[in-house]
Amino acid sequence: MRGTSGREGQQAPAKRVQFSSPFLPYLFLAPQLAIILVFFYWPSVQAVQSSFYLEDPFGFGSTFVGLTNYTDVLKSTEYLGIARFTAVFTALVTFFALATGLLLAVKADGVIRGNAADKTLLIWVYAIAPPVAGLIGMMFFNQHIGPMVELARWFGWDIKVGLDYSDTAFAMIVVSVWKQIPYNFIFFLSGLQGIPVSVREAATLDCRSELRRFWTVTLPLLAPTAFFLLIINTTYALFDTFGVIDVMVKDKAANNPITLVYKVYMDGFRGSDLGGSSAQSVILMLVVLVLTVFQFRFIERRVHYN
Amino acid sequence: MSRKLSLAAVTFALTATTSLAATDITWWHGMAGRNGEVINEVAQKFNASQSACALTPVSKGTYEEALASGIAAFRAGEQPNILQVFDAGAATIINAKGAVIPAEDLITKAGYAFDRNAFIDGVRYFYADAEGKFVGMPFNSSAPIMYINDEALKKAGVEAPKTWEEFEAIAPKLKEAGYIPLVQSQLTWQFTENFFSRNNIQFATNNNGYDSVVDTKLKVTDPNLEMMFEKLKTWKDQGYFAFYGAGWNDNQKVFEEGKAALWIGSSGSFGGLQKTATMPFSATFLPYWGSIKGAGTNSFIGGAALFAMSGKSDEENKCVADFFQFLTSPEIQYFYHKSTGYVAITKAAYELAEKDGYYKEKPVAEVGIKQLLLPAGEWSKGYRLGFYPQIREIMEREYGRIFSGEATVKDALETIEKEGNELLARFAKTAG
Repeated sequence: MRGTSGREGQQAPAKRVQFSSPFLPYLFLAPQLAIILVFFYWPSVQAVQSSFYLEDPFGFGSTFVGLTNYTDVLKSTEYLGIARFTAVFTALVTFFALATGLLLAVKADGVIRGNAADKTLLIWVYAIAPPVAGLIGMMFFNQHIGPMVELARWFGWDIKVGLDYSDTAFAMIVVSVWKQIPYNFIFFLSGLQGIPVSVREAATLDCRSELRRFWTVTLPLLAPTAFFLLIINTTYALFDTFGVIDVMVKDKAANNPITLVYKVYMDGFRGSDLGGSSAQSVILMLVVLVLTVFQFRFIERRVHYN
Repeated sequence: MSRKLSLAAVTFALTATTSLAATDITWWHGMAGRNGEVINEVAQKFNASQSACALTPVSKGTYEEALASGIAAFRAGEQPNILQVFDAGAATIINAKGAVIPAEDLITKAGYAFDRNAFIDGVRYFYADAEGKFVGMPFNSSAPIMYINDEALKKAGVEAPKTWEEFEAIAPKLKEAGYIPLVQSQLTWQFTENFFSRNNIQFATNNNGYDSVVDTKLKVTDPNLEMMFEKLKTWKDQGYFAFYGAGWNDNQKVFEEGKAALWIGSSGSFGGLQKTATMPFSATFLPYWGSIKGAGTNSFIGGAALFAMSGKSDEENKCVADFFQFLTSPEIQYFYHKSTGYVAITKAAYELAEKDGYYKEKPVAEVGIKQLLLPAGEWSKGYRLGFYPQIREIMEREYGRIFSGEATVKDALETIEKEGNELLARFAKTAG
């Protein structure tokens, strides 16, 4: 809730604040700007630059090749397949992580309103470090000892993570969703608990159907939280699932599904093809840019912060 | 924070004291587990043997990660003195003229004599340039060999196969005895690269890539290789072969647990396998096809070599030469061979191990070196292919597709050849 409540607080009074010197605000901004410049803009500029070159791994010579790196990548059926998987993967992970988080939060909200001990117990799962969560998730799907594999066998499904494309995809999605649920749960729960009791009571008087109350009253009031989580979850599925994938394919992607970010890593860091992987990362930057514009233009319009 | 500071102070104090006494050199490697510990022991032995140089080994994860870190560090001017590079990465570093000082030059410049013939035949060519000059110093050298579950073979009443034809004959009996007849751990190294070496078939044009990077092309659509993978696929369908994905350990585990009868591993697996295997085991050569004319030649050397990175002071280079010299001494080679299972790379070390009666006690330890000492064929000396780690990734992907039924053998090999050749052409552009 921090992100959204911060926004609310800022809106009205921000314009009234006066700085004695016109440079002072820039001074305050300087540390943040410096970090962004050094860690975001500079590497981005370098990536754009090297995406037009073909370079030997050790950096002895590079040849300008124009758009060849881009056309090579976009012509590759392999790359397009990975892009397709990334899109499906991102959509599914985002949807299920949000839906499950919300469902759990709504159910928990009814039970633990105001009970701090219960709340802490439900939330502390989030404190598990992501790589540990990934490893635990992976153990569930281990082809020799995984309990999920055993479970699937009961239902006649011989799940083969690491061997079968769609089985691995399934496991990746489950683990990625599972890892993100606590995060979404916390935000949804505090969002729900932030809805004033008076509003809820008024709604209860007006409408008896709990489901309808949820759709017409609770959900719109949760919209700022949901929008914030949508962005966070999309970027999570696109980029932060790298660790899960790496644990899952154990360093050898073979015929298993991977996302675009993992492909950048494979070609750049493992394959030492800097030009090609730079081109791929520029493509990713563009994707994120488009996604951001889309989200803020079309979705944020429908979100009410007050 | 204060903890961090005091740690920094201690490290500084430590380095300050050692640098007064000795020249520091670093060694980045990609070994873990028992093999990583042995590297530390080798470094300790070197440091104890003299006082002029202090060697610090640093593990960088896997082979691939070690190479990637080495490249990144070189570009930033922070390269280590010694970088371990695996077989598949050899072309990347050897073609980067100026990134490394050829081991042979380094050693002769330091005043030592260098005798190429002191090294066993299978080792001599792989990390050398076209004239035979050693660019990398062969270090952990291995051969893909076949490990045998003795109990399984006894129970089935069969002998270990020398050829794949013999394997086909005994596989039903092994299956009947309740075992998975065959598993392997790396289709690229064991069933592609060393398929070409053991069966003496050309792997790539331009003399397997040694002669030039320009216009080098893979020859993986070779009908014999296609036959090998058709067989593997059939064997898998018949229950004679099991495949657990591209991960090395997922496949090894089945053998360790005594569920598989035969496992194609590495001679370097021996050290670890002695601790993890739950049953008595032995080993023999990687099988070849009796039906292929001229087959049965030696295998390519696997494992990795050490490269002396350029851009270092003469003093440090001298220390690296000292260390290389130390490393190839028969005693250290024997120690390393015994502790890890990697083969001895010099003839003197091999003789020392033999004289010491090591192979009488542990016959498995000799299998790898004997396989490397088999008569060489025209195509069993090595290969030099750029962007090869990426080509291996394509192979892993396509082989996975064969066994999951997503692709036919023919299509898979054609894809490997097409995409592999595109990468080779790209590499030729970067190197040219």
